[in-house]
Amino acid sequence: MSLSNTATITWFYACKVEDVPANGGVCVKYRDEQIALYHFPRRGEWYATQNLCPHRRQMALSRGMTGTQEGEPKVACPFHKKSFSLLDGRCLSDETECSLSVYPVKIEEDRVYIGITGGGVHAGAMA
Amino acid sequence: MKIVIIGNGMTSYKFCEKMVAKAAPGSVELVVFGEEPRPAYDRVHLSAFFSGKSAQELEMAPADWYAQNDITLHLGDPVQQIDRAQQTVHSHKGITETYDCLVLATGSAAFVPPIPGVDKKGVFIYRTIEDLELMRDYAPKAVTGAVIGGGLLGLEAAKALLDLGLRHTHVIEFAPRLMPRQIDDNGSALLRSKLSSLGLQVHTSMQTTEILGDTSITGLQFADDSTLPADMLVISAGIQPRDELARLCGLETGHRGGIIVNDQLQTTDPNIYAIGECALYNGMIYGLVAPGYEMAEVAASHMLGAHKAFTGFDMSTKLKLIGVDVASFGNPFTPADQCRSIVFEDTLKGIYKRINITPDGQHLLGGILIGDADDYNMLLQTAKNKVVLPPNPEDVLLGARGGKEAGGAGVLGLPDEAIICSCENVSKAAICTAVTDGNETLDAVKKCTKAATCCGGCAPMVKDLITSTMKSQGKYIRNVICEHFSYSRQELYDLVKIKELRSFDAVLDHYGHGEGCEVCKPVVASILASLWNDMILTKGNDTAQDSNDRYLANIQKGGTYSVVPRVPGGEITPRQLMVIAQVAEKYNLYTKITGGQRIDMFGAHVSDLPLIWEELVAAGFESGHAYGKALRTVKSCVGSTWCRFGLHDSVSFAIQIEQRYRGLRAPHKLKSAVSGCIRECAEAQSKDFGIIATEKGWNLYVCGNGGSKPQHALLLAGDVDNDTCIRYIDRFLMFYIKTADPLTRTATWLNKLDGGIEYLRNVVVNDSLGIAAQLETEMQFLVDNYKCEWKEVVDNPELRKRFSHFINAPEEKDPTIKFEHLREQKKAAEWK
Repeated sequence: MSLSNTATITWFYACKVEDVPANGGVCVKYRDEQIALYHFPRRGEWYATQNLCPHRRQMALSRGMTGTQEGEPKVACPFHKKSFSLLDGRCLSDETECSLSVYPVKIEEDRVYIGITGGGVHAGAMA
Repeated sequence: MKIVIIGNGMTSYKFCEKMVAKAAPGSVELVVFGEEPRPAYDRVHLSAFFSGKSAQELEMAPADWYAQNDITLHLGDPVQQIDRAQQTVHSHKGITETYDCLVLATGSAAFVPPIPGVDKKGVFIYRTIEDLELMRDYAPKAVTGAVIGGGLLGLEAAKALLDLGLRHTHVIEFAPRLMPRQIDDNGSALLRSKLSSLGLQVHTSMQTTEILGDTSITGLQFADDSTLPADMLVISAGIQPRDELARLCGLETGHRGGIIVNDQLQTTDPNIYAIGECALYNGMIYGLVAPGYEMAEVAASHMLGAHKAFTGFDMSTKLKLIGVDVASFGNPFTPADQCRSIVFEDTLKGIYKRINITPDGQHLLGGILIGDADDYNMLLQTAKNKVVLPPNPEDVLLGARGGKEAGGAGVLGLPDEAIICSCENVSKAAICTAVTDGNETLDAVKKCTKAATCCGGCAPMVKDLITSTMKSQGKYIRNVICEHFSYSRQELYDLVKIKELRSFDAVLDHYGHGEGCEVCKPVVASILASLWNDMILTKGNDTAQDSNDRYLANIQKGGTYSVVPRVPGGEITPRQLMVIAQVAEKYNLYTKITGGQRIDMFGAHVSDLPLIWEELVAAGFESGHAYGKALRTVKSCVGSTWCRFGLHDSVSFAIQIEQRYRGLRAPHKLKSAVSGCIRECAEAQSKDFGIIATEKGWNLYVCGNGGSKPQHALLLAGDVDNDTCIRYIDRFLMFYIKTADPLTRTATWLNKLDGGIEYLRNVVVNDSLGIAAQLETEMQFLVDNYKCEWKEVVDNPELRKRFSHFINAPEEKDPTIKFEHLREQKKAAEWK
């Protein structure tokens, strides 16, 4: 994954590669916030979003099922199966639903890092 | 061109939407004045406000939609005067705007009959969100509610009172029947009995003469000297068009109200249009949203120079009133000497249907549907388009009987100009064209044509049109799982079996593409479990499980889980009860007895699940599979060991059956029961397979269902012994597992099975396919491979690690989880 303005990104260590189940997600604690981290080993890709599903404000996305829609990686919330794109966070099942915040992920050796821009996590902050 | 619109209701919004879509960018300036403080909202679904929808959720579009489209919106500022000579309007707050065209979309007000006492406290009208807020604030003081008016809106208002928690609600109608404009006496009688079972008392032919009470309402006085106590009243006796501005500036209005308009919706001043409920066309006020939208379309087109005409509108309507389908279409009241009627009434199920056809039996004129309005769209189109009826016209009402082909030609028989979506005025041709252009899913057609985006009632017809259009293009429509697997579940089951595939990735590599999704992953996981019965959390297959299967528990509000140990047959020892009590107290769990004779413990943190199960497993409990599409419970009555009527030992047989099929994964959940005599205390006939003792053995019933569409199980075999009964269940379950579509319960599966129960009996009892021995072998393999999933997790540190909330802080619980106190226990905090 590449972002143009890498200068403003703070990378924090999340977990080891082996900690994240293949084709699934885990929840990572960053300060007082929760980030969902997903691994797509078949494509060699990693994604991160806020853990909070905006539909019913539940901390659940890391437990959702991952997959693709016409090639676009996505996650479906375990509560009501609302799907969100992992590329830009938009809701794929309901145009009026709020979008997720997404975060860059990088792998160094067997360690996973998540990038936070500027002031930190915005959405997904605890209520 | 500058257009000023007075009023900001649904019709006004639709007019703006049409104008934005039709006019060249920058060519039209739109200014809207609304009397209410909020932008246009969905008045049709107003009662949803009381069942939890917020005012904002009801909005047609948020306030910034108007800004984004350069529409000036003045809210809370009614126009007070129109100066036709100067072509200006003046608002309450002192704004003056000039106009080239003026649109009156002022709507209507509630008609309040001049009954003494209507000004007392506790008397409301039902029109705006503000009215609803006033009702909501008053309702806690009230126990008995009443509604004057048994029409469409009155019944909606009555539903609102029920939603507000009033225990006794009465509907008072002046006419001899409910919904006098839409349905007939028989329909009204049936609707009335349905409503009374829901707590609504209906009084017809009642004239209210006075509202009793000092300052607040205490009751109603009727013309026949009777009275009715009530401490809250909603008046919904009709609508009064808001034509006062029009009258002030000298536009012609009707004797009983309404602004007179021509075919182009112009008033007597050609620069001024009137649309919606304030417009009087051909002596008629159209109090429904669909004709209002059509008026918006015609007026907008005419201003832009197109030639369209409003020629009246079909007042057919279909709605769900307090859970009861009610529909009327065409002319339901054609005089008896000008038509013939076919009537179907089923007081058991609460269904009444009547159609009026021409005396020669050729065409449908109109009709009424109560209790079941599934055929509304088809019948409406048949009537509107003068489609020739089949030789036995009753077929359109009852479907073809006696194994013949369906009577009507279906959606394909409609002419191209047939309007499929009457809210958005989308024709059959428009939908078919969209499909031919490559929009081959319901979502794509919705986006492209707007059909099925308003009330959604036409969605099934749109789906049928998509399928039939694609078929007519020679495209093969297959019942495939999703975009990742171009196979039906049955095909994939066979392929996975032949290739002996054992993981989701292997199945995806061989037969799928992409990464899978929340639809196909659980299907494949279920097929693998039904074939091999491997531990479902085996690495690689864990993330293919549906969310609840992945944590071997049911996720509940707030993100905690519930725990259900298996209690075979509902038999439990005092010692086991104590273990459950200790565990529940230790982990602070809410406990409840389930409908399946077990105990459910709620509110467990994900990281506590292995600890809880460690204690339960140590006490001999096993997983109850309440989280899986698997066998749930085999319920039993106490049977012959204690009961003086019992014929056989139903508990022992239930335990034997539950232990045989525990852990069995299927296309959907499976429920069972065993009753020890014909009194049927275990309710076996509502289960996927149910067993009832007879003098000679057991009767085996299959494919029953509770839930939203209850269905009685049907007798598969009678008077069989224990072993035969189990052999038949083995065959039945394996046949279902192999052939059913995903998430299809046995009842629905049987309903779709060609040949129905006769065919199933032939396969299971008479072995007509010659597969009975194979089915039994396959089942025995699954039975022999059973292991308790929770015991395996408890004993496996790697699997236990998966049960934590934070991967980088496994000892911490999710701090956002909140509980509230409830009757000496707790409940999940309410979500937003």
